Amino acid sequence: MSNSCLSSIGKKLIMSISGLFLVLFLLFHMSMNLVAVFSGEAYNAVCEFLGANWYALVGTMVLALGFIVHIVFAFILSLQNRKARGAERYAYQEKPAAVEWASQNMLVLGSIVFVGLILHLSQFWYKMQFAEIAGITNQYGVADGAAWMQYYFSQLPVVICYLVWFVAIWFHLCHGFWSALQTIGWNNKVWMDRWKCISNIFATVVMLGFAAVVIAAYIKSLC
Amino acid sequence: MATDNIMKVNLKVWRQAGPKEKGGFVTYENVETTPDTSFLETLDILNESLIEKGEEPIVFDHDCREGICGMCSLYINGHPHGPATGATTCQLYMRRFKNGETITVEPWRSAAFPVLKDLMVNRNAFDQIQQAGGYVSFNCGGAQDANAIPISKVDADEAMDSATCIGCGACVAACKNGSAMLFVSAKVSQFVLLPQGRVEAAKRVKAMVAKMDELGFGNCTNTRACEAECPKRISISNIARMNREFLCAKLKD
Repeated sequence: MSNSCLSSIGKKLIMSISGLFLVLFLLFHMSMNLVAVFSGEAYNAVCEFLGANWYALVGTMVLALGFIVHIVFAFILSLQNRKARGAERYAYQEKPAAVEWASQNMLVLGSIVFVGLILHLSQFWYKMQFAEIAGITNQYGVADGAAWMQYYFSQLPVVICYLVWFVAIWFHLCHGFWSALQTIGWNNKVWMDRWKCISNIFATVVMLGFAAVVIAAYIKSLC
Repeated sequence: MATDNIMKVNLKVWRQAGPKEKGGFVTYENVETTPDTSFLETLDILNESLIEKGEEPIVFDHDCREGICGMCSLYINGHPHGPATGATTCQLYMRRFKNGETITVEPWRSAAFPVLKDLMVNRNAFDQIQQAGGYVSFNCGGAQDANAIPISKVDADEAMDSATCIGCGACVAACKNGSAMLFVSAKVSQFVLLPQGRVEAAKRVKAMVAKMDELGFGNCTNTRACEAECPKRISISNIARMNREFLCAKLKD
């Protein structure tokens, strides 16, 4: 395994494993968020559990590492691919119908996801887990996730930004999920369409789950 | 050429005097051809007229003109091998185009396939990948009786499908990453699915992938453009198989 990580397949494998790890995290995060729709108190209990505890901090660091590895390798692979394409570009290009838009724009989609992530971290993680570590006092408590959620998702521009972010993640997941399994080698002619269908369903369920929480909070603010 | 069946097309062709020369498009207007003339024959007709005028003919690769040798290339109207699916440029007929249409003809674009002249690119990189491991290094003997080495129909069909890859390079030309993984995976698969090829599977896949990387091909991002444009309809399931074989081989190191 010495130099296998440096090979094209090795680098793609790292992208796949880190991507699947982030997919699992999204599933966990969405499930956690859904709690807020039913009970603010229960959601705050989860927030308390994931505060400045050693296990939550280790989890946060592992998660950050997952993001960093995924992003760094995305840029390494993209730069290599640009170089491999050569200096001259085609004057006339037509995309085959079978080629999905998301598959050709993963870096662009990833960049939108990253910008959204910065916004999200500044609004929640910085005001909650980080504030607890640093001893910063804000208008709501460090474990009062329900209040922070209600505060931000009562603002229409924030809601729109989050929904756009979710659409970008949806596109990214639709291609990324089956693509990760293809890269690992868990695919064949029979499973190709099955994995694509599972990817689309998974991405839709996860992102609808996230969107439901944001929309529910906004509707609550109007009532 | 029957006059009642004549069509005229404008050919916008990439001309480049040499590998290091600056190239550009030259449009040849009103090239006379017929719907039943192949695209390469139309280029032949144009070249005839260029030679008669004392001009340099357009250089392009071709050989068998039967869709089996993999020599013809050309990026025609935004597609490797032109707009027809499951066909090579030599199997492309002018009836695919409209009378009076301007057809853009470009060479394969990839850092690993440098332009030699006009529409001809150097595809020696594929030969090098094959030389790195795309063979069985021991003597398999003569053809066996069909029941001597049992091979399932599914495996035999998959191996045959993979072996139909003619190594034309359309996959690289179609890929936005200049990746050769469809070609390499087809060559890995055609051997690995059969008992004679299985013996050296680990050594082969490592050698071929290493050579592919060394030659500067890009990394597959599963856009499936290669599969859509491949004249032999090679499936990207071969890429999954190659990845599996490669990772298992590396884990055993």
